[in-house]
Amino acid sequence: MKPAAFDYARAATIPEAVAAMRDGARPLAGGQSLGPMLNLRLARPGKLVDIKRAEGMRGVALSASTARLGAALTHAEIEDRRVEDVTRGLLPHVARGIAYRAVRNRGTLGGSLCHADPAADWVTTMTGLGATMIAQGPAGERAIAAENFMLGAFTNALAEDEMLAAVEIPRLSPAARWGYAKINRKTGEFAMAIGLVILDGPWARVVAGAVEAPPALLPRAAAALLAGETSDLDAELAERLPHLSPADRKLRAVSLRRAIAMLSEAR
Amino acid sequence: MDGDGGGAGIGARVLRKEDARHLAGRGQFTADLRFPGMQDVAFLRSPVAHARVGARRASGDVLFLDDLTGVADIVTRSSIPGYKLAPWPVMARDRVRYVGEIVAMAVAANRAAAEDLAEQAEVEFEPLPPVASCDAGRAEGAALLHPEWGDNLFLHSRFDSGIEAVAASAPVKVELDITCARQVMHPMEGKGVVAYWDHRAGMLVVHTSTQVPHLIRSGLAEVLGIPQAQVRVAAPDVGGGFGYKCLLQPEEILVSWLALTRKAAFRWIEDRREHLVAGANARQHHYTLTAYANEQGRLLGLDAQIEVDTGAYSVWPFTAVLEAAQAGGNLPGPYDFRAYRAEVFSVATNKPPFAPYRGVARPGVCFAIELTIDAIAKAVGREACDVRAENLVPGSAMPYVNVTNKHYDSGDYPASLATVREQIGLDAFRAGPARDEKGRYLGIGFATYTEQSAHNTKVFAAWGLPLVPGYDQAHVKLTPDGALEIRAGIHTIGQGLETTLAQIGHSMTGVPFENIRVTLGDTATTPYSTGAYASRGIVMSGGAVSRAGEVLAGRIKAIAAHLLQTEPDAIEFREGRIHAGNASLDYADVGRAWYLRPEQLPEQVNTAGLEVTEGYKPATDNGVFSYASHAAKIAVDPETGIVEILDYVIAEDCGRMVNPMIVEGQTYGGAAQGVGTALFEESPYDDQGQPLASTLIDYILPGPTEIPAFRISHTETLSPHTAHGIKGVGEGGAIAPPAVIVNAINDALATLGARITQIPATPERILAAIAEAQA
Ligand SMILES: Cc1cc2nc3c(=O)[nH]c(=O)nc-3n(C[C@H](O)[C@H](O)[C@H](O)COP(=O)(O)OP(=O)(O)OC[C@H]3O[C@@H](n4cnc5c(N)ncnc54)[C@H](O)[C@@H]3O)c2cc1C
Repeated sequence: MKPAAFDYARAATIPEAVAAMRDGARPLAGGQSLGPMLNLRLARPGKLVDIKRAEGMRGVALSASTARLGAALTHAEIEDRRVEDVTRGLLPHVARGIAYRAVRNRGTLGGSLCHADPAADWVTTMTGLGATMIAQGPAGERAIAAENFMLGAFTNALAEDEMLAAVEIPRLSPAARWGYAKINRKTGEFAMAIGLVILDGPWARVVAGAVEAPPALLPRAAAALLAGETSDLDAELAERLPHLSPADRKLRAVSLRRAIAMLSEAR
Repeated sequence: MDGDGGGAGIGARVLRKEDARHLAGRGQFTADLRFPGMQDVAFLRSPVAHARVGARRASGDVLFLDDLTGVADIVTRSSIPGYKLAPWPVMARDRVRYVGEIVAMAVAANRAAAEDLAEQAEVEFEPLPPVASCDAGRAEGAALLHPEWGDNLFLHSRFDSGIEAVAASAPVKVELDITCARQVMHPMEGKGVVAYWDHRAGMLVVHTSTQVPHLIRSGLAEVLGIPQAQVRVAAPDVGGGFGYKCLLQPEEILVSWLALTRKAAFRWIEDRREHLVAGANARQHHYTLTAYANEQGRLLGLDAQIEVDTGAYSVWPFTAVLEAAQAGGNLPGPYDFRAYRAEVFSVATNKPPFAPYRGVARPGVCFAIELTIDAIAKAVGREACDVRAENLVPGSAMPYVNVTNKHYDSGDYPASLATVREQIGLDAFRAGPARDEKGRYLGIGFATYTEQSAHNTKVFAAWGLPLVPGYDQAHVKLTPDGALEIRAGIHTIGQGLETTLAQIGHSMTGVPFENIRVTLGDTATTPYSTGAYASRGIVMSGGAVSRAGEVLAGRIKAIAAHLLQTEPDAIEFREGRIHAGNASLDYADVGRAWYLRPEQLPEQVNTAGLEVTEGYKPATDNGVFSYASHAAKIAVDPETGIVEILDYVIAEDCGRMVNPMIVEGQTYGGAAQGVGTALFEESPYDDQGQPLASTLIDYILPGPTEIPAFRISHTETLSPHTAHGIKGVGEGGAIAPPAVIVNAINDALATLGARITQIPATPERILAAIAEAQA
């Protein structure tokens, strides 16, 4: 389980990294997903460009309505609130449930999103928050809505020579409430199901995550939540997740009901 | 035993000698060893389960079987009638029989380069129909792994004490179908071997991560066709063995062959993927049981069919059929009944060769018999714990010979059950709610088992093994400066023998614990032992150290008495010194007299000096039986199928505890593995014989948050047969958890009418059982 030989370079800036990618280099962030793939020789890049320390990749920029987080910030930095939280505790809560601390110390927000594992936590979280992915390529920046970023299992919307530079996260209001229910067999494992519900004034989102595909937004459930009504969650899941077995859909429904139940918990 | 019970002797809770280096990260494992010019080995392994191997091509330093000279197959004989031989070529000859079997060996300056070479090798595989399960192997017209056999059975064994009368008359009959998953043993340190040629000694030196260095020496010499005097096997620190490292492995032979023929240094360090694929070799049993009982739930008879998914070859030296012998022989467990019939099929399958894993067949048989007891209780409408207690061999019946001729030497099994019943709070629990505030169903489960330990010559001979253990040896020596050196051929693989053997040495000689040094596991420096397996180390090597220490103590006393001008009988060892009345000596005074100032010695001094080698085996070969009861309280989430262990208690008795902390450590570790067996660990195969769990994403091990804080209590019923009344305890913890946890799950799910009879009890299986019950 040793990787096939590859070259390694560290990029000082994002344009430098993009240039290396145009030459066929693959970006390396925390290496927590890419490392195992290299070791198993499932990935055999001729060259890796390390993007963790490229300028701007670890920055935080706050505005009245958003926080822009550099893609190379780690799960642990978010967990420890070394990155200012604009989501009323949602991001630190999610970060704390990812993998084990050793993985969180290295794994990055951007690496996780780009890797696009359907069961990963950030993929569902960013979809729920309505975050915006800031991609950077040879022609400059481009914004991609989170729900359009993951195209399928392990496939993202970036072009070959584009990288994820940052994630723009909308601020939640002080009155916002959320529920995040990750069902997994064992602490630190990927999710069997994720239910995420965010309620912020007139705005609500309900997302079923870890569905072997991009996370599924459930607009009827969100509308019902805003109206204070109950919706037929099972029917909406059946429509949105026809590829899952009834038992697997049931588990997603359980995670969503638990997430909804968390809305009333004080935080 | 003048030092007995003292600060560091037998019974003391002293900290482990080995911890200082391990806690500082200074342990020295196989992968830590470096030798000049050492090259790495990588193996090309079969990607298919069953195939004829055709043309092979490779470039660079890549070897196939034909390139080896003078290497024999691993041939594991057994004297059991009907057992079929399955010679195991160290690399594929004309067939491969499991995914992971070695096809080629690549050698390069480092592992990555060796893997590059291995993956470039080209081998033609002409597929044969795979046998991926016992059912497939026993089916009419099944493909044959070893065509000369005529079937796929290593062995079909039977035991019958007569069941017909009970079957015809028993008022209660319970049937169960029970399945245990295939597992890997997953020691923290994988297998590894480094071998080189020692030009000065004219010797092959093999540092290998093994439990049984002296056996490996015999095995290597036999397969490589060289004299044993030309082989030294030295095990460095070993990070867990569990049975996986008590086998002669093809990798060990191949790396040794390179060193022998090329007269240089080579190594192979197993990686996790190799272990998960080529090491999936344990635990997979299937039971079809019919139990007979009376209306009170008294077990009258048991009729069992057992299948062991044995894999492709027979491991050396423990054979492919040790598991079957243990499964059929141990199924009756701690229960008192006399009608028993068992038929055991050791089925050859296209999977890695079966090996004995901590507890050997007993986690499976304990799971099977304990689910049976609960099923009987349910059938007669009584509390399972009561029915269990009434069926156990009572303390008043000890010593007790059971239906399969196991000689239970001592103990009170029902008392241990009563202890855990009390500690887990069964009565209060029954009076309380059946669900918790989260809506989870609550349940309590129990199991009681015996752990045959330190069984010896006759028992192993009856299991047909090619190598049979006898007297274990230990060497003790007082040094010129009064320290004690202990040498034994057993090895410490995490179980703390450097500490416990020193405690016994201290008890016997009085030499201060901190001045005792224990050397183990090196055939060049230690006397013979078959090694660490079958919960035997502390009884066997401990017994040998005890005897050697006793003899040495006599010689120390003789010299000390002369120096103090008194009689040997007047000498006492205490507080690290040698006393006679008001006078006292240091151990160094005696050491100095023997080695450096012989003019001080008595005239009739024993010329063997201050070095003693002694051998030991217990008074009986039948083994001495440790035992325990475990109980767990669990919660099952009916919506997710996830199980949480809320409380777990253990009441164990392993005779005299040399060091209670080490007993507890062994018990914690074993029970943690048992939790893995119960809830998480599984190496599934598809019907093509492809393993489906080749990384730790798919092979789930319990982590710290899944392991409960086990609460352990002890009793000490001394064995009448062993030195100091000690019994073994290395395996026991792993035996009961699957039974306990699944009994608890079934207790919780009883109101839903659901029942689990398969381990691991995964969320999927629990949800399916609930759905089926509700359908
Ligand atoms: C034991 C274990 C348990 C885990 N459990 C969980 C879990 O419970 N939940 C969870 O969500 N995740 C889990 N993970 C995954 C973990 O979160 C990883 O950190 C994450 O998936 C990848 O982040 P990384 O920074 O390590 O990326 P890398 O491994 O370095 O890269 C991953 C992929 O993304 C690409 N890439 C990385 N950064 C960029 C970028 N900025 N732009 C373009 N492409 C990029 C790489 O080329 C590669 O293809 C687990 C991982 C392990 C090892």
